[in-house]
Amino acid sequence: MTVQSALSATDRLELLRMMVLIRTFEEAILREYHADKSPGFDIGAGLVPGEMHLAAGQEPVAAGIGAHLSLGDALTATHRPHHVAIAHGVDMRKMAAEIFGRETGLGRGRGGHMHLFDPEVHFSCSGIVAEGLPPALGQAFAFQRAGTDRVAVAVAGEGAANAGAFHESLNLAALWKLPVIFVIEDNDWGISVPRSASTSVPSNAVRAAGYGIPGTRVEDNAVEDIWAAVGEAVRRARAGEGPSLIEVHTLRLWGHFEGDAQGYRGDLEGVPGRDPIPTYQKHLTDAGILDDAAFAEMGAAASTRVEDAIAFAKSSPLPDPADALKYVFTEGAQS
Amino acid sequence: MSTAPTTRTELPSEPEAGRRKLSTAKAMVEAISQQMHTDEQVFVMGEDVGSYGGIFSSTTGLLDEFGPERVIDTPISETAFIGLGIGAAVEGMRPVIELMFVDFFGVCMDQIYNHMAKIHYESGGNVRVPMVLMSATGGGYSDGAQHSQCLWGTFAHLPGMKVVVPSNPYDAKGLMTAAIRSDDPVIYLFHKGIMGLGWMKKNQRSIGAVPTDAYEVPIGKARVAREGSDVSIVTLSLSVHHSLDVAEKLAAEGIDVEVIDLRTVVPLDREAIVASVSKTGRLIVVDEDYQSFGLSGEVIATAAEAMPGGLKHVSRVAVPDVPIPYARDLEYAVLPTPARIEAAVRKAVAR
Repeated sequence: MTVQSALSATDRLELLRMMVLIRTFEEAILREYHADKSPGFDIGAGLVPGEMHLAAGQEPVAAGIGAHLSLGDALTATHRPHHVAIAHGVDMRKMAAEIFGRETGLGRGRGGHMHLFDPEVHFSCSGIVAEGLPPALGQAFAFQRAGTDRVAVAVAGEGAANAGAFHESLNLAALWKLPVIFVIEDNDWGISVPRSASTSVPSNAVRAAGYGIPGTRVEDNAVEDIWAAVGEAVRRARAGEGPSLIEVHTLRLWGHFEGDAQGYRGDLEGVPGRDPIPTYQKHLTDAGILDDAAFAEMGAAASTRVEDAIAFAKSSPLPDPADALKYVFTEGAQS
Repeated sequence: MSTAPTTRTELPSEPEAGRRKLSTAKAMVEAISQQMHTDEQVFVMGEDVGSYGGIFSSTTGLLDEFGPERVIDTPISETAFIGLGIGAAVEGMRPVIELMFVDFFGVCMDQIYNHMAKIHYESGGNVRVPMVLMSATGGGYSDGAQHSQCLWGTFAHLPGMKVVVPSNPYDAKGLMTAAIRSDDPVIYLFHKGIMGLGWMKKNQRSIGAVPTDAYEVPIGKARVAREGSDVSIVTLSLSVHHSLDVAEKLAAEGIDVEVIDLRTVVPLDREAIVASVSKTGRLIVVDEDYQSFGLSGEVIATAAEAMPGGLKHVSRVAVPDVPIPYARDLEYAVLPTPARIEAAVRKAVAR
């Protein structure tokens, strides 16, 4: 792992603290999700129904992005959005409430875990692969036209880099020098299809050259390298130098979605050894800036915050079925 | 939101038309221009909207008036620039995006129906997407199956988009003004045959009186284009012109046709449909969109639900479920021509 000299001990601890917070949240959702789906597994049952795509293992990407953004910057995420939402400062209580389908949720229970919108921090996500990128262009366009130095970050998986929306978006962003940072999370798998069976190039970063913009690939899920790469891309964007593409080789620690038995996955045995949190914990411990007590304290603080959000969600009212037609249009239900 | 002052005055909804005449295309451009003067957040984007002025003249002159920062030609990347419009709208801008032909929706529909149309609902009303997506529709000039469709029923079927379809210059300006000011996403579909273009056959109704100052035609409000007592033709867009021509011809024979111009497909003015059919008892839907699973069935269902057993006649003149043919005679065999409309009216009132 490359040690970035620009990172202070405080910055490094903050990266780990964010990773721990995200993992704590994902573990809590995992627990709640499976708590009431038995006997067997009924995807539509329980307090948290529907597909659930958790981001355990991908925390370094979120932490590395979030460290550089302010609340005025925009971020568009994917069907696997919780980690970047937390790192970007999305209201955790309202996000948990949305996942539980409550009236107090970000979308008043109309969106669900793949469709989280928090206008307070300009956060959104799309459940359609690669289609979160074009709206990020528009947010960047608005920021540029307003004469601000605000930026938009568009996160997508490696599968998205084979979709037309990705290529259209890179071309347009480059053409108009939009302040966008494209971050590809390469977790090796498009559900069950390995990257080797989907992608013609070993690194999607090389595709940046086709659009005349910088492309960087970060290996080993290395949070400090991600932090450095995103930092440079954000600096460029804020300075009016245009978009950048970053691909991170990250890790899908769990299934594509909960209930995915992952029978297709030959790499599972080695996965626990690649967990980025113990890896970075050891790194910071070896560097002499973290001890076991401090790490335990991070976990305890994260747990307090996450359980507060879960409790808020579970105690919140459900939406009234009579209001199912509300919010189609701004003035209410259509005729 | 800009509060820049405007020197123009504001008229109430649907003012008197006055005497000044414009083509539909010029009426649309005037509406966009006035809103761009009023609100600096309004911008126009699309393919060939700049120096060309829009392939069907929907943006002619705007580049000269507002410059390339606000009238923006794009690459042929509909997904990217429609998505860009969505993101800009979310951040408070008011984009007017042109999809050159509505037939091209296939390359960018995900941004339209999964994003533009759903974000407001999915966000529980917390995020608004105030954008206009305008597009050219319709056939009649041998442009073939991929450049001649209407497709308003396709957009109308999917929740979250308002769909407006003017038939004349007055409505074109008023609906464009209302669409740009709307806080909801609006699909604005203009038939090439109503634009008053110098290079395409046009009905005299493509040129008409238009007030100079800004005004709105309310979205969701149909218009009685011609009052009559024998049969109701419920229609929209270029088919309004044909229906009025047929009505005038048959009036000489004592057949009294009422013509309802829907003007908006979503939200549909069901009251206007029911009011007319309640009066005449006979309903013909004339629709240049495909016949099955679309607007014509929806209009008939609206009447049937409101007055079960109360209909003396129901029929439709639409495009049978076939791709639009190229050869002129084939194309006119499937379009809702005045001859087909006239035959339908005669059948409806036959005793």
